[in-house]
Amino acid sequence: MRIGIPKESCDGERRVAATPTTVGKLRDLGFEVHVESGAGSAATFLDAAYEEAGATIVSESASVWSEADLILKVREPSSEEVGKIREGASLISFLWPAQNEELVDQLRARNITSFAMDAIPRISRAQKMDALSSMANIAGYRAVIEAAGVFGSFCTGQITAAGRIAPAKVLVIGAGVAGLQALATAKSLGAIVRAFDTRPAVKEQVESLGGEFLELEFEESGDGGGGYAKVMSKEFIDAEMALFREQAPEIDIVVTTALIPGKKAPLLWDNTMVDAMKPGSVVVDLAAEQGGNCESTEPGVACQRNGVTIIGYTDLASRLATTASELYGTNMVHLLSDLKGAEYDVDLDDEIIRGAIITHEGETMWPPPPPPEAPAPAPKPAAPAPEAKPAEPKAAAAPEPEPAAAPANEPGPISGWGWLTILALIGGWAALKLTLGGQDADPALTKFIQQLTVFVLACFVGWQVVWSVTAALHTPLMSVTNAISGIILIGGMHHVSGDLGSPEIILGLLAVFFAAINVSGGFLVTQRMLKMFRK
Amino acid sequence: MDQALLTVAYLIAGVFFILSLGGLSSQETARKGNLYGIIGMLIAVVAMATGGEVTSFGPLVGAILLAAVIGATLAARVAMTAMPELVAILHSFVGLAAVLVGFAAYVGDHGSHAGALFNVEIFIDIWIGSLTFTGSVIAFGKLRGSIKSKPLLLPGRHLVNLAMLIGSIVLCVMVAKASPADGLQPLLIAAGIAAVLGVHLVMAIGGADMPVVVSMLNSYSGWTASAAGFMLGNDLLIVTGALVGSSGLILSIIMCRAMNRSIVSVIFGGFGAAPVAKPSGDADAGEAGEIQETNAAQVAGELLAAKKVVITPGYGLAVARAQHTVHEISKTLRAAGVEVTFAIHPVAGRLPGHMNVLLAEANVPYDIVFEMDEINGDFPDTDVVLVIGANDIVNPGAETDESSPIYGMPVLKVWDSKRVVMCKRSRAVGYAGVDNPLFTHPATHMFFGDAGATMGELLQALKS
Repeated sequence: MRIGIPKESCDGERRVAATPTTVGKLRDLGFEVHVESGAGSAATFLDAAYEEAGATIVSESASVWSEADLILKVREPSSEEVGKIREGASLISFLWPAQNEELVDQLRARNITSFAMDAIPRISRAQKMDALSSMANIAGYRAVIEAAGVFGSFCTGQITAAGRIAPAKVLVIGAGVAGLQALATAKSLGAIVRAFDTRPAVKEQVESLGGEFLELEFEESGDGGGGYAKVMSKEFIDAEMALFREQAPEIDIVVTTALIPGKKAPLLWDNTMVDAMKPGSVVVDLAAEQGGNCESTEPGVACQRNGVTIIGYTDLASRLATTASELYGTNMVHLLSDLKGAEYDVDLDDEIIRGAIITHEGETMWPPPPPPEAPAPAPKPAAPAPEAKPAEPKAAAAPEPEPAAAPANEPGPISGWGWLTILALIGGWAALKLTLGGQDADPALTKFIQQLTVFVLACFVGWQVVWSVTAALHTPLMSVTNAISGIILIGGMHHVSGDLGSPEIILGLLAVFFAAINVSGGFLVTQRMLKMFRK
Repeated sequence: MDQALLTVAYLIAGVFFILSLGGLSSQETARKGNLYGIIGMLIAVVAMATGGEVTSFGPLVGAILLAAVIGATLAARVAMTAMPELVAILHSFVGLAAVLVGFAAYVGDHGSHAGALFNVEIFIDIWIGSLTFTGSVIAFGKLRGSIKSKPLLLPGRHLVNLAMLIGSIVLCVMVAKASPADGLQPLLIAAGIAAVLGVHLVMAIGGADMPVVVSMLNSYSGWTASAAGFMLGNDLLIVTGALVGSSGLILSIIMCRAMNRSIVSVIFGGFGAAPVAKPSGDADAGEAGEIQETNAAQVAGELLAAKKVVITPGYGLAVARAQHTVHEISKTLRAAGVEVTFAIHPVAGRLPGHMNVLLAEANVPYDIVFEMDEINGDFPDTDVVLVIGANDIVNPGAETDESSPIYGMPVLKVWDSKRVVMCKRSRAVGYAGVDNPLFTHPATHMFFGDAGATMGELLQALKS
């Protein structure tokens, strides 16, 4: 089966759908690879490197398209390009079927089997094919780099002989894959980073990367499933806007990444906020292509308003073309290996293939039927949706509530059992009062009751003290309590009196002997263990 | 010494014991905690010795000194990997001592206490002591491997247990009513029954539940000391026994929670038999099938290329005594700028906190050792997880496969990371006897071999 890698035709697109590395992998899967001459040059992959990896370089563009059984591309093809694809062949690229209905119709009409990289379901098995995350990751990094390039100061704070420079304050709105990468990048440049997201569950991830999570005092989760946010209520948005307005004067760099699938990007940074920012500040709008999160964004370019630069580049991933191509190409290799390589088995029962396929055998397959049983909308590590159902298998992202794992260090069942014990004691007291009331109690019984009091109190003390022990010290705790339980030694000593030959004293001495082994062994071994615990 | 003074001394000793347990709650104060325990014990023994009740000092001092030397030798010689065995056998000594004290009290001349209540107290002391003794001996054998760790499940074992319990109660009533001369025989029979019960209970418990058993025995040894305290009218014994008893009980509860198991079912055995019959469902079978093998050089490359590595040790590490090599590996990686942490599952190993002790022995700093709840959220950002000799505690089936016997047990979610390297001797099942879908997970590479050997190779590969 022959794969064709055409040169991207879209203006400013530097990425390419296969690199010399992935060409090698494609050949391992049994494909023959034809690469259009110069296809990778913008991403620094030269024709010679492709040839070395085993690809055939084709100088004539038309024949790459017409002679391939499968076209791999980055951007969706133009209608002219679709016309060049051989009827019945296949195409894999970004297609955005919801926005490109005409393109889908055209593909169907030409009987092309097409897969959209942007329609791969977000389940954990498909993570390795998830090109959207790969690209978002790059865009997040590049967004901060672009902003730092325009910003007129350091990102990190410095104290120099010539004066003190304050660190830049960066605000990331939307902590998905791109947002988190932006956060991490800004942090590593030394900036003070804050982040906001409508999904409270991402707080932990933001904090794990060293960012400060801005919170609204407002109860509403923005989790729309699949790692995306949903549209929020008006009250929530008002509170959110108030928060942003409050932040705007302080912030030097804003990175907005808020997207809602299938909808125009929400407006989060209006002109009043831009105007409130200090001159020289930077806004990077990663949602520029979907209408922008910032009111002043002009898609594709950087513009100015009141001294604030607003970057609306739509080709951030393409600006890191080498790595972007590498990751995208690898995502494609994984998808093709799911299609059984050159056997090219379009198995519509495979959840990933069914999700990604757009047109097949003259029919439009998109959108796919809803999966039968909620498959885990498994988010990418970086863009998780909080999962409520504990049984959900692989939605394994960080903030998942952990219903089964009871916190070990809390006095757990004390409430239930504690009350039960107290009730039992009161009941016992009442019973004794009724039966013995008035008469003199048996002295043995009185003594027993006193002892019982001591016993119950000691149980409560032990119960309270031990719950706070850290798990790492369970073994030393056990060996120290073991040594302490050697207190039975005292019991043995009770009998070490009188005639040496009496059975009592012999038994007593034996008890003392065994208990003392326990005491010395237990304490010393604990000592030995504890010596090893060091920082 | 005056009785009041003795009481005060006991009070002080009791306070020291409480401080001791409290001190064990964090690494910083732990050594002080142990010291408090020793002081408490010294005060108690000296107070008792000078209290007037003891007259034969020569034999007493002789017995204590001899025992102390034996105990110290044991403690100094034991390998950290053999810690569970040592703890188990020490528990048995407490049980044995309690039995001896009980009989001494019964045959001795304590006319002043005589009465039904006193007899019952003796009975309880001997009964629990005897159960602790044999139970601990069996646990010791199982931990050493001289007794098979597979649960021994007799048909109708619950009925057998019940019969023994009822028999014991009958005997207890007999002892309570009997005169000192007649009571000895039923008391001996009861001790025998309790001994058999101890053997039977522990024999029925499978290897994976051993941490719970050991801590339950720890708890029993406390209760038996408490019972002796009731018998002898000694408040210090009551207090100390209760402290130890509740401490052991709490540890058992913590372990059981960590395995999502009811404590009752662990105590009465039975887990570990049913699971084998049920093949694990094919919930994950659909996801790729083949095991991917790897080798030392490849793992070394992946580790060095990683930014964040988590090492998850299990019982296999203890068996292979590979903790020092693993520490060397972690040091080498840290020197190369890789962030290395350790993830410890609460029931990894055969004793609560077993892995922590092993890592501590190898000088792994405790602030890079994390517990399951602390680290589970970090796996998605982790590049490589090195699973060494662990199986059930990293089984994704516990979360997904409802037919799995370990379903619902919280596990380390290592499969969230980018790469899992499992170092195992074979692809055999773990103690719970369940298949592990992690072996065939797309992110998993299997590194077969004994942990001692594979870790050695890995260290070589890392250094070269």
